[in-house]
Amino acid sequence: MATTDPKLLEGNPVSLTGALLEGVKQRIQHVQDYALLAARSVSNLFSPPYYFSDVLEQMDIIGVGSLPIVVLTGFFIGAVMVLQTAAQFVRFGQTALTADAVSLALVRELGPTISGLLVTGRNASSIASELGSMVVTEQVDAMRAMGTDPTRKLVTPRMVATVLMLPLLTAMADFSGLIGGFVVSSFTLRLGAVAFWTRAINTLVFSDLMQGLSKPIIFGFILSTVGCYHGLRVRGGTQGVGRATTSAVVASSVFILVTNFFLTKIMLYLAGHVF
Amino acid sequence: MREPLPTRRDRPLPVTTLDTASERVLSFEDVRIGFGQGDVLTGLSFSVAAGETKVLVGESGTGKSLTLKLAAGLLQPDSGSVHVLGRDLSHLSEKELLDFRRQIGFVFQEGALFDSLSVAENVAYRLREDHLNDEEIEQRVRESLRFVEMEDTLDKLPSELSGGMRRRVSIARALISRPPVVLYDSPTAGLDPVTSQTIITLIMRLRDTQGVTSMLATHRLQDAFGLANYRFDGQTGRVVPAPHTGNGSSRDGPATNMVVLRGGKAYFEGSPWSIAESKDEYLHRFLL
Repeated sequence: MATTDPKLLEGNPVSLTGALLEGVKQRIQHVQDYALLAARSVSNLFSPPYYFSDVLEQMDIIGVGSLPIVVLTGFFIGAVMVLQTAAQFVRFGQTALTADAVSLALVRELGPTISGLLVTGRNASSIASELGSMVVTEQVDAMRAMGTDPTRKLVTPRMVATVLMLPLLTAMADFSGLIGGFVVSSFTLRLGAVAFWTRAINTLVFSDLMQGLSKPIIFGFILSTVGCYHGLRVRGGTQGVGRATTSAVVASSVFILVTNFFLTKIMLYLAGHVF
Repeated sequence: MREPLPTRRDRPLPVTTLDTASERVLSFEDVRIGFGQGDVLTGLSFSVAAGETKVLVGESGTGKSLTLKLAAGLLQPDSGSVHVLGRDLSHLSEKELLDFRRQIGFVFQEGALFDSLSVAENVAYRLREDHLNDEEIEQRVRESLRFVEMEDTLDKLPSELSGGMRRRVSIARALISRPPVVLYDSPTAGLDPVTSQTIITLIMRLRDTQGVTSMLATHRLQDAFGLANYRFDGQTGRVVPAPHTGNGSSRDGPATNMVVLRGGKAYFEGSPWSIAESKDEYLHRFLL
């Protein structure tokens, strides 16, 4: 309950400016700590020891484990895109363009973004909760006490596994999305398989594939390192683990969406000048 | 090939880690450390000699676990210095600290076993990091678990073990690389008296058969008295009373001394008997 006692209010030495400055300082500290952890996760790749079995284990958990949800979601995203775009193309008698629209939107934008967000929801949360639980039960300290660097053993394998698996998951999401689009367009627009797939494939150029498959590398790096960062800085027992899990998903999702905007801008520039 | 861990009937091994028994294995010099709300340690100074068992006693929040973590290089002091095995930990890089910690055994309060690994995999962890072959790893894991009388739990997961069993596996994991220094963080906290005595007997056995220098944080003064009053006889495999002189110091057994922490400093340093003889009211609280 808020106090109205003037004596107590006078006794409070915390000023608004001081509190704001402290808040800003903490945010900058978080950014710095995250940047250091992310940099170390990469620099660990250039010196031993390496934990190949951990990378394979994480590839299985992150890649194979996320495959069903990514494929299923991709299928229905492709299907619903046909439903939404077909109505417009029918008005111009250009129903075959539906395949172009679905293909371009999926490969360039929706495939990478949806896959990134799905894997964030599934894996950034599990990474944060797993590492957070290890922190509160002193398993991370035990690891350090036995001479193991937790960033090498816990962060780098997860980062490598996610960076390797997310582009593959995105490719699967794109493909299942096109299948979803084809199924719906063949039933609703009576578009033939040859017409759909020819247009869907021919509309794509190299820069589209570059854009669609390089974004997931960045997204994978973001979601894994943000998940690890929030997990490793857990304080306050099981409540802290819960908070870290939520923060990891929120921060990763926002980070991915913001990064996606800038990446798209860069990719479009490169598509016009380089590729 | 390494010597196997001693069985109950082995003779006590001499201290081989340092040149002389009087040499300081571990020392804290004016150590200060704090976390936001003021300093927890405000100038802690004490030392531990080779083969000595130092028991840290204090109320909750006085910095016992913190002191152990500083000794293992898991935390760095804000000021002052921590020397362990002749190395100033504040001057070591993180990589050097990782190498240094391989010479230290650390038993965490709740065991801190890796919950996704079996007992055998937990105990073998450090050996796997060193890329030893499977045959040697299995042999040493069995030796280590036999030492804590837990050989029959090889394939169990930590969640299947009781609190006391987890502590024993944690001790087995800490001693797998035969460290010259072992740090125990409240090894008897939350355990029943019988299980607590089992853990203390294990610590005593490790001390008396391998000459390990140890530091132990505890709330229980009886742990310190147990370690000071008894020793493990490697020949008979039994715990026997340690002969001692009138002033309380062991005659032929390794020394067990206490540090009572208060206000972030060493409030008292000496043998358990000198606490019993002291007139200090604060120290008497621990005897009740």
